[in-house]
Amino acid sequence: MSPRPIISVRVNGDVHRLDAGTTVTDVVATVRPAAVDDSGRARGVAVAVDEQVVPRPQWDATTLDDGAVVEIVSATPGG
Amino acid sequence: MTTTRTAPLRIADRELGSRLVMGTGGAPSLLDLERALVASGTELTTVAMRRVQAGGEEGVWALLERLGIHPLPNTAGCFTAREAVLTAHLAREACGTDWVKLEVVADDTTLLPDPIELVSAAERLVADGFVVLAYTNDDPVLARRLEDLGCAAVMPLGAPIGSGLGILNPRNIAAIAARADVPVVLDAGIGTASDAALAMELGCDAVLLATAVTRAADPERMAHAMRLAVEAGHAAAGAGRIPRRDHALASTSPDGRVDLDLAL
Repeated sequence: MSPRPIISVRVNGDVHRLDAGTTVTDVVATVRPAAVDDSGRARGVAVAVDEQVVPRPQWDATTLDDGAVVEIVSATPGG
Repeated sequence: MTTTRTAPLRIADRELGSRLVMGTGGAPSLLDLERALVASGTELTTVAMRRVQAGGEEGVWALLERLGIHPLPNTAGCFTAREAVLTAHLAREACGTDWVKLEVVADDTTLLPDPIELVSAAERLVADGFVVLAYTNDDPVLARRLEDLGCAAVMPLGAPIGSGLGILNPRNIAAIAARADVPVVLDAGIGTASDAALAMELGCDAVLLATAVTRAADPERMAHAMRLAVEAGHAAAGAGRIPRRDHALASTSPDGRVDLDLAL
């Protein structure tokens, strides 16, 4: 049995080696489990893949390609 | 008496009861920030967008939700239109608002707006349906350009961010306020309450500040002072100040005064 293919993805500047088929939801859960509340609503958190925002309803269906650049941001004190 | 109350501020389609817009950066703790926000009476407050930290918590977001304050996401830290546009789109998704404080600075040292990148980003974001409140230099021509391309408010700086130097070019601020058809929000440079009052007296519609409150020795007390200053300055601007004169002018009539020199 061959191992699952591995992809290399940059998440918030750090390179992660992940299983192929990893979704945006999976990555957010790794970085910030509390980012999504019980109703599945993103609370002050947003994700962009390759400079395109991925709306919350599409997180589950969006799988990451090898070499993808993922930015996960949230509202913080500032300005 | 209605004349003593501050008239609401209208930006785009939203009416705000307070003319003081707050920032959230620089407070010693979330509790200090909460007390300051409440004391300021603000209804609109900026947040920044930053990469999430593993194990972090969404403190400021939950705080604004709890206090019922509209979030105004900013693009602080962006040096190019490209970064600012992406940050604004992320903010729209994260905060559920089309409003953005557009901030594109030229470098880390001055933190002054880069006018070329600023205009470029503003055009793009207006086209993308954002309500753009543009942080800009105290340049009447640039302010007019930003208004003409569809910004909902222009926000000229009084002095560089965090400097507390007050309003370095009051004539330019007055010129921007006199001409603009969109609200003018004095943003950055405020050091103390008299600076905020002056901004309003110069004709600004609102004041945005953070550091002057969050890094004051007593942020809650300074927030209250700023609230009073903005209200006082707005009232004074509407009341019509007296002209400046080169010589004294007695307010009391000289008629009927005691005059001992008349003896003999």
